[in-house]
Amino acid sequence: MSDAATTDPVHDFIAKAVSEHPVVLFMKGVPDQPRCGFSSQVVQILDQLGVDFVGVDVLQSEPLREGIKRFSDWPTIPQLYVKGEFVGGCDIVREMFQTGELQGFLEQQGVAAQ
Amino acid sequence: MPMPIADLEAALREGFPDAEIQVEDLAGDNDHYRARIVSAAFAGVPRVKQHQLVYAALKGKMGGELHALALETSAPA
Repeated sequence: MSDAATTDPVHDFIAKAVSEHPVVLFMKGVPDQPRCGFSSQVVQILDQLGVDFVGVDVLQSEPLREGIKRFSDWPTIPQLYVKGEFVGGCDIVREMFQTGELQGFLEQQGVAAQ
Repeated sequence: MPMPIADLEAALREGFPDAEIQVEDLAGDNDHYRARIVSAAFAGVPRVKQHQLVYAALKGKMGGELHALALETSAPA
């Protein structure tokens, strides 16, 4: 998992991305132009909450697209990371948003919109 | 790569024998499903882990044969 020492460059890239940026969304396409409805939904939720996030387009790299699935033990894209922790995919993020849990979680993590 | 609804249901029933399972074909294309699964296996388990249990029951088909599966998982009330 995320803290294991490794020589896999894709694994290292992902580990670095999620440790350097408080909120990272691994997605299909870019935040301004998502290329999948599920990625688009998560972008809309983060935008609506005014959260600063970094989008990583997995369509730019097949090793990355496969690597993120292994890294998170999660078979689908998008994947949301906050403070280095995997929060969930589209269903979980949407459910957390609808119940208000996501806003509370982001505040607790200190990454909510100011 | 679509997956017939019967195969999906069968895989879920095998993985969660005790569960109440409802599967809907959202787009009518055997490729976009929603599954509601109520199983004691989810009691006290965080949501990410609940979904990982479902994906494990699908034995690698998720993200391959199966493109979209919206999941709602919960433990019996």
